[in-house]
Amino acid sequence: MGKKMSLILDGFVKNNPTFVLVLGMCPTLATTTSAINGLEMGLATLFVLVLSNIAISLLAPIVPDKVHIPVYIVVIATFVTVLQLVMQAYTPGAYTTLGLFIPLIVVNCIVLGRAEAFANKNGVLDSALDGLGVGLGFTLSLTVIGIIREILGSGSVFGWKFIPGDGILAFVMAPGAFLVLGYLMVLFNKYLKK
Amino acid sequence: MEYFAIIISAIFVNNILLAQFLGICPFLGVSNKISTATGMSGAVCFVITLATLVTYLINQYLLVPFGLEFLQTIAFILVIASLVQIVEIVLKKISPSLYQALGIFLPLITTNCAVLGVAITVVTKEFTFGGTAHMLNLGQAMVYALATSVGYGIAMILFAGLREHLAGNEVPKPFRGLPIALITVSMMAMAFLGFSGMV
Repeated sequence: MGKKMSLILDGFVKNNPTFVLVLGMCPTLATTTSAINGLEMGLATLFVLVLSNIAISLLAPIVPDKVHIPVYIVVIATFVTVLQLVMQAYTPGAYTTLGLFIPLIVVNCIVLGRAEAFANKNGVLDSALDGLGVGLGFTLSLTVIGIIREILGSGSVFGWKFIPGDGILAFVMAPGAFLVLGYLMVLFNKYLKK
Repeated sequence: MEYFAIIISAIFVNNILLAQFLGICPFLGVSNKISTATGMSGAVCFVITLATLVTYLINQYLLVPFGLEFLQTIAFILVIASLVQIVEIVLKKISPSLYQALGIFLPLITTNCAVLGVAITVVTKEFTFGGTAHMLNLGQAMVYALATSVGYGIAMILFAGLREHLAGNEVPKPFRGLPIALITVSMMAMAFLGFSGMV
């Protein structure tokens, strides 16, 4: 049980996709304008990550080595399309806000990275847990960045406004994304990385 | 006039790296030296323009007539992946020197979200250049793709120049490497904000 648990927990600090592996930077920077957007983007990626890890761990033994990357990409693209249809039906608001970055989960290096590095040589359960852990780690990082940008940029958290007046607009716009991520990485390097 | 607006907007105002956040991974990955940054920008420029042309036509004449727009993501990524492969094979044959220069960057481009991003943007987003909101026609889509990739190249090469200077400086230990690079990009993005409202 301890081993299964550590598969999930590794995704938070040791294999944190944002601060350690530095993968999937585009959605990390683009969708974290507020806490809720970051959370939604993280959960969308988590969905694709878990399902593609499961499918790829099942498919890996029968896929010829020469064509494994195209096959993985098609598997991932299929789940992304499923996600697009599900989100259009049940969460149209989030689908509109996240926009382009939903189809772009296909080229998110985290998903293909976990398929290559983990799912193709491990069992179904382990791969699902690995996807869950990395996905939760990604969701956590995105939500934290989103919370910080939302507090500084518009004085609220998850839409609950507690600082009156306008925030520092730059934090909601592009420069703030790079700045917050840069400083969070500094803190991560200083206190959490061994 | 409309083409001019598209070009200025795509290169400066909505710079693909500094305002739209597409293609950040290779941007941070290969911007250590100006020479590699130039090579990567050239390869990206080539592939984005070609991929946009092909995916635009596929969308227009294959997906839309049959009502298969929901297959855009799968179709586009497959087209881009095979296109990159073909470009690699053709270049190797007809221009070995260009292949040498772009060689190592080409396989990386499949997973560059800028390519898929631009391909999806030109067929789904409505633009408001010239007053009314409308979809881009083929000519405008090509100009948009080319201008966007020029913007990618400009931001990438400028940043590589800054990063070459950073390498020679004493930076506090936790800031070394990526963090200080991100903070530098933030300053660049701030400077590019000055272009907003131009078009």
